Amino acid sequence: MIGLPHYLAVAAILFTIGVFGIFVNRKNIIVILMSIELILLGVNINLVAFSVYLHNVVGQIFAMFVLTVAAAEAAVGLAILVTFFRNRGDISVDDASMMKG
Amino acid sequence: MALQAIAFYLMAVVTVAAGIAVVSARNPVHSVLFLILAFFSAAGLFVLMGAEFLAMLLVVVYVGAVAVLFLFVVMMLDVDFAQLRQGFARYLPLGGLIAAVLAAEMVFVSATVANRGAAAANDTPLASGAAAADVTNAEAIGRVLYTDYIYFFQAAGLVLLVAMIGAIVLTLRHKPGVRRQLVADQVLRSPKTGMRTVSLKPGQGIDQ
Repeated sequence: MIGLPHYLAVAAILFTIGVFGIFVNRKNIIVILMSIELILLGVNINLVAFSVYLHNVVGQIFAMFVLTVAAAEAAVGLAILVTFFRNRGDISVDDASMMKG
Repeated sequence: MALQAIAFYLMAVVTVAAGIAVVSARNPVHSVLFLILAFFSAAGLFVLMGAEFLAMLLVVVYVGAVAVLFLFVVMMLDVDFAQLRQGFARYLPLGGLIAAVLAAEMVFVSATVANRGAAAANDTPLASGAAAADVTNAEAIGRVLYTDYIYFFQAAGLVLLVAMIGAIVLTLRHKPGVRRQLVADQVLRSPKTGMRTVSLKPGQGIDQ
């Protein structure tokens, strides 16, 4: 019998894979952005699973808002990446210290 | 029920395996393709839970827009990706340790919440809320989204608009030396500014 713990476990594992991806791909900002998408997907699975098993539809609406913000974040992040590539000729974020911040 | 369990385990395993492939693939194009696979199987999990509307949204928004955007950018950039993977082996032990601890903690907490929390009483998934069983998932979402959450919905639209304008402003580039159409100048041009009368004596040219 598949219940709430199963879905929550999948969500937790996806979230962890996203965090792990950010850790091991420190230089490759494209993979970092994809890892963030994986993290948000894990969050969405959590929200939907709780929504479905609490018999409350609000969780799915929150998941929709997370989806919206994730799409906006991906668009802006990739635009920044393209601009960065044009200015520097590569996308290595290790030595991204132009602004001395 | 057995069929449901088989479907769940199939899609859960595919989702997790695709997620691992995303972060460990050598070629970023393969990463994007595995990301698409992960989103597809996550949408399958949503369908299994009964949340069809969000599943279709996931396929349309993520597979149709975000993943294709990633694919475009990855293929557009001319980067030596092997060089970008240099730190992979160095960060692997620490990252693996932290990931294992995090996964253990989160699975433990979520199992506890699932067994002891407010959702423990309901062992049947019901995606349309408790009000009426004959309401479809999309209708249930619409009823709440367009009433109680209408301002949040409009704010989400604003977020998308700002992101769209931001992405365009960031990537728009004016190349020097390329003559472009200036619509404002064309519209503002009138006979007074576009034409002048010169009184000319016979036999002489016009000197500018």
